[in-house]
Amino acid sequence: MEFLSNLIVNIGVWIKGLLVGGGVAEHGAALVVKAIGAVVVGFFPLMVVVFLIWAYRKIAARMQGRLGPNSSGTWAGPYGILQTFADAIKMLTKEDIRPQGVDLIPYNLAPILVVFASVMVWAVIPFGPGRGLIGADLSIGIFYILAFSSAALIVFLMAGWSSNNKYATVGAFRAVAQLIGYEIPQLLAVLAVVMVTGSLSTQDIVGSQDVIFLVTLPVSAIIFFLASMAEINARPFELLEAESELVCGYFVEYSGMKFGMFYLAEFMNSVAVAAIFTTLFLGGWRGPWVDQAPILGTVWFLVKMGAVIFLWMLIQITLPRLRIDQMLAFNWKFLVPLALVNLCVVGLVNKGTTEGFPGGASAWTRGSILLGANLAMILATWGMLAVGERQARRRREAWQAAQAGELEVVV
Amino acid sequence: MTLQQILFFIFGAISLGAGVGVVTARKLFHAALWLLLAFFGVAGLYVLLEAPFFAAAQLFVYMGAIGILIIFAIMLTRGMMRQRHPRANRQWWLAGILAALFLATFVRLAWQGPWTAPAGPVPENSLGLLGLTLVDPGGFALPFEVASVLLVVALIGAVTIVRER
Amino acid sequence: MLEQFTFVGFLLVVALFLGIFLISLSWLLRPKRPSPRKSEIYECGLRPHGEPWVRFKAQYYIFALVFLIFDVEAVFLFPWALAYNWLPFYAVLEGVIFILLLGAALVYVWRKGALEWM
Repeated sequence: MEFLSNLIVNIGVWIKGLLVGGGVAEHGAALVVKAIGAVVVGFFPLMVVVFLIWAYRKIAARMQGRLGPNSSGTWAGPYGILQTFADAIKMLTKEDIRPQGVDLIPYNLAPILVVFASVMVWAVIPFGPGRGLIGADLSIGIFYILAFSSAALIVFLMAGWSSNNKYATVGAFRAVAQLIGYEIPQLLAVLAVVMVTGSLSTQDIVGSQDVIFLVTLPVSAIIFFLASMAEINARPFELLEAESELVCGYFVEYSGMKFGMFYLAEFMNSVAVAAIFTTLFLGGWRGPWVDQAPILGTVWFLVKMGAVIFLWMLIQITLPRLRIDQMLAFNWKFLVPLALVNLCVVGLVNKGTTEGFPGGASAWTRGSILLGANLAMILATWGMLAVGERQARRRREAWQAAQAGELEVVV
Repeated sequence: MTLQQILFFIFGAISLGAGVGVVTARKLFHAALWLLLAFFGVAGLYVLLEAPFFAAAQLFVYMGAIGILIIFAIMLTRGMMRQRHPRANRQWWLAGILAALFLATFVRLAWQGPWTAPAGPVPENSLGLLGLTLVDPGGFALPFEVASVLLVVALIGAVTIVRER
Repeated sequence: MLEQFTFVGFLLVVALFLGIFLISLSWLLRPKRPSPRKSEIYECGLRPHGEPWVRFKAQYYIFALVFLIFDVEAVFLFPWALAYNWLPFYAVLEGVIFILLLGAALVYVWRKGALEWM
């Protein structure tokens, strides 16, 4: 029981004990444990994705009145759970067609780097309390994540440019134009969280969520969620692929496992985004009885992450795709201004609360004042959108009326 | 040699090697990619200097934003992606002289100083301290605001230039 | 501090290995029968026409530039946000002015119509 209550850390301690017992120096043993941890963390997203692809296909099928992968036909395990493995084997054994005139080094490097970037993000995700259940509790935690996801964009340009294909080049440029835009609101939403927490370390951010930030900073949470939906190329913002317009976007010319790696990285990114959202806004590993059994923290974390992924899937499966002008307008004319206003309001209100209560405001007072300010912001945004919509409708109706009048005159 | 020193040489070699790649690459796009690798090496050096925020900022601003900006700019210029280009233009000798002067200055500077590291470890939460001085009226409050104005001016200038055409 | 980055270093190796491993595994397993027809560039079934590296609109450049501006702004704002809990009210106000100036830049670009997709 003692061992189980903090399973993962205890396994680490046990391995270290074995190594030290076997005559390895204390320092070296710690390094080996760290390396094993890196392997576990590095392969964790892969494992999740294998399950996730199956779950996604199954849920999407059910929502659309289909069966999805199942055991009929070629046997794919109960409920088709082995389908992903079959797909993986298929991809691995497909011929890798090398198109004419591709720029070989960037062309082959792009799939490797895209997987690389999505794995690197996991270094600072806290899976549980303490220092044992996080890869590295860096002092720059969340900024590290933002930096890697920002630098990863260059890979799309590499893939698109080196493919020697018009669709790939155009697709890559459109994808990057979209993604860099959506990075800004994401960034500003994170800034609001950092401001309230006073730390960039992900472990500190989780630690300071006595009331989860989804409640105290709902506007930031919504902005972050929408922006990261766009970042991971989920359906309402799914212009990176745009099968009908760009035949697949920047990876048209990739086949076999190289295509598979882009696909894999996309899913890995969505898991990572769910994990980041959980850490930032849902209190990460925090939950009841974590003090007694730290392993429960990991369970809570995974449950919350699963919930976020499920929400992502529901939206992705339900909604149609936007046009690129709508997408860019939604970002630059709605999300970015809202995120800027949100940052100012949170900064001023939170500081005002601290200054206004000489004895220091309790977490609950502070939280409820922040929540009030956020709700006011949501209402104001809603009102502005409603007014704008009404104006647009009136203009449209006037235009239609004018058109109808013209037609009658002609007839 | 400690591990830190080995890593320093590795990252330094990455930066320098990539720098050579930038000037010798025949395709502009390749030069841009080499430049990004050089930025990555510099980020590694920042980590070794115990300045992780600047390492991340290096990835964030240079690889994320400036890299993309450079590649977009390459794409804007007609025919730049197509063929291989000559590596030098008519002003190569001027650039050579300037580079040599630069190198001489740096070598001289490196030779001059007694390079002693400041005593004591990097203070805890050094980044927070930086933030404090940024808005402290006795510190950098004015430059901080001016930086914002500068960014605005840069943006307005760029928009004007692009819209003219 | 550097101890913390050892993990990042290890993960860097693992992450690179993962990609290289997947590619080399498929390189071992896959059939290799290239033919000129097969390796033609995909262009909706037609013969590829012209070169792919067309000249792009200046619009993309504007987007990248606005992004760069906001990125640099964020780098300034992160230290400010970190120090937030110790700051007096007027210092927070300074940060807000910083943000609002950037907001004004956004409004300018918006009014100029540079954010419209053409």
